[in-house]
Amino acid sequence: MKRTGWIALALALVIFPLSFDDPYYEQLGSLVLLAAISASAWNLIGGYAGQVSVGNAIFFGAGAYMPLLFYKLWMVSPLFGFPAGIAVSIVIAVIIGIPTFRLSGHYFSMATIAVAELIRIVVSNWDFLGASIGLTGPAVARDWSDLIFRSSTPYYYMFLAVLALLLYITYRIERSRFGYHLRAIRSGERAARSLGVPVSRCKLYIFMLSATFTSLAGSLYVAKFGFVDPASGFGTLVSVNMVIIAAFGGAGRLLGPLLGAVILIPLQSEANSFFGGGGTGLTYIIYGAIILLIARYEPGGLLEMWDRFRERRLSRRNKALEQLSTESKVQNSSAG
Amino acid sequence: MVLLQVIVAGLLIGAVYALFSSGLTLVWGMMNVINFAHGEFVMLGMYVSFWTFTLLHFGVASFSVAAAVMLFILGILVYLSLIKHVMRGPMLAQILSTFGLLLVLRYSAFWAFGSTFVSLPENILGPSLNVGGILLSAPKVVAGLAALAITLGMHLLLTRTMLGSQILAVAENRNAAMLMGIKPDRMQAIAWGLSGASAGIAGALIATFFPISATVGESLGLIAFVVVTFGGFGSVPGAMVAGLIIGLIESLSAFYFGPVYQDVFVYALFVLVLWVRPRGLMGKA
Repeated sequence: MKRTGWIALALALVIFPLSFDDPYYEQLGSLVLLAAISASAWNLIGGYAGQVSVGNAIFFGAGAYMPLLFYKLWMVSPLFGFPAGIAVSIVIAVIIGIPTFRLSGHYFSMATIAVAELIRIVVSNWDFLGASIGLTGPAVARDWSDLIFRSSTPYYYMFLAVLALLLYITYRIERSRFGYHLRAIRSGERAARSLGVPVSRCKLYIFMLSATFTSLAGSLYVAKFGFVDPASGFGTLVSVNMVIIAAFGGAGRLLGPLLGAVILIPLQSEANSFFGGGGTGLTYIIYGAIILLIARYEPGGLLEMWDRFRERRLSRRNKALEQLSTESKVQNSSAG
Repeated sequence: MVLLQVIVAGLLIGAVYALFSSGLTLVWGMMNVINFAHGEFVMLGMYVSFWTFTLLHFGVASFSVAAAVMLFILGILVYLSLIKHVMRGPMLAQILSTFGLLLVLRYSAFWAFGSTFVSLPENILGPSLNVGGILLSAPKVVAGLAALAITLGMHLLLTRTMLGSQILAVAENRNAAMLMGIKPDRMQAIAWGLSGASAGIAGALIATFFPISATVGESLGLIAFVVVTFGGFGSVPGAMVAGLIIGLIESLSAFYFGPVYQDVFVYALFVLVLWVRPRGLMGKA
């Protein structure tokens, strides 16, 4: 993307909440950014390294539960729980990653889904973590560090800052030796290994980074909503959402998850108000169908489709230009 | 005595786990594709049994066959319309395709059949049996023994028949098999059909003693993952032994810690196996 494009995108994201008076749009904007953060975090492991985690809700849930657990135990600001959530997430990522990254990618996918389910069951039955009811944060702000604001705007900018940081890190990784290693792993693990890429280590590092930011997304989620239960923290839908948003926009592309979130989150919120609370079954069916169709027809997502479209137009234009120049040559020679 | 009863019941359900997991391991070993929707296949087998029983008054034997046939067809359809096109593509497409299928099947069933549990009549296979002081429900005994026999049959089909040899030949080396006049595409479709059929029969057997719901495939699918990993990549005998062990562990942990935690121990075992012996009991290194 050209420099002007970047500036325009950044500007649009910054002024977005200022251009609406309606709190609905501010709320929607912050939800889009939150989804973009967790999907971009998934994108690191799922898109760039090609290791499909279908249980990233583990880290989202850990990041969501820790701040509220700290508040419940010691009445401290949820901010203290942020690093704790990240620490727990990294430990779990290592426990899953070390054994599975030596094996084929299927083992990793199966392990993520199994561990997510394991943790969901344990948390749903553990009174210490509020069992099936979940945990609640402070009801009113004691000072700013409780991160309770009446308007969505402060959250919007908080989320935007984290997303910007995450995308910047991703951008730097893309251009680093590490990024090349990841791309090599995605396109052929055996070949990458034979060329001396430390495959398991690379996968583990990127998974840890993915876990870190997914956990941060969970912490930001509870900062905004003030409560979490097993379904909203560790539920299947949480994992599915990250995968579908990233894959829809373009897995393994810097702006793919953001694009996916910008399109899918407003649709989702419309669909929810349209179908009402009982629509969750239908939501899953539609999600499943979208995932299926992406996998079958367009694994590169919207961005790859766009690239192809542009390429085709470019080649058509080049051909037209060529034709034009040969025609003019013919004319010139006939005139001369 | 109670403990013995728990152990026998665990082994019987474990035999059913072995049956549907052997279908999963067959496809995995042959094509290196994991079917995330395998638990949903079992769930559909349960519903086929329920509806053919309720509407057409099929007996146990005939609804088991009906479930097997329906899921055989579904397996082939899934292969032809989906798997065939993604199996050579990127890993992302492979995993997302069957994961998407999982969501579509599970929640379509949820949407169509509702969230209420249904079940076949309890005495469909007769009253409980008293074997030397151990009280066993007849459906579990029948299901366990039938599952054991069918899994064994599947193993023999793969190792002792022409069809099985052709399937294994394609698994071994697709191009070499093609040179021998085997059509790999057809063999892979049949493997998916067999995989579906094993899930279908297992579903019919489970339905005789377990309540049927749209989301039952969730834990069954995960159990199948654990069994195939524990048993070893592509090994039907491995799946058989692993299925029995998993059934036993589940039954014992439900007995000692309560039924809520029965799956927790199984999933924890999964992580443990990955750490300690990733190639499983009988997998090739």
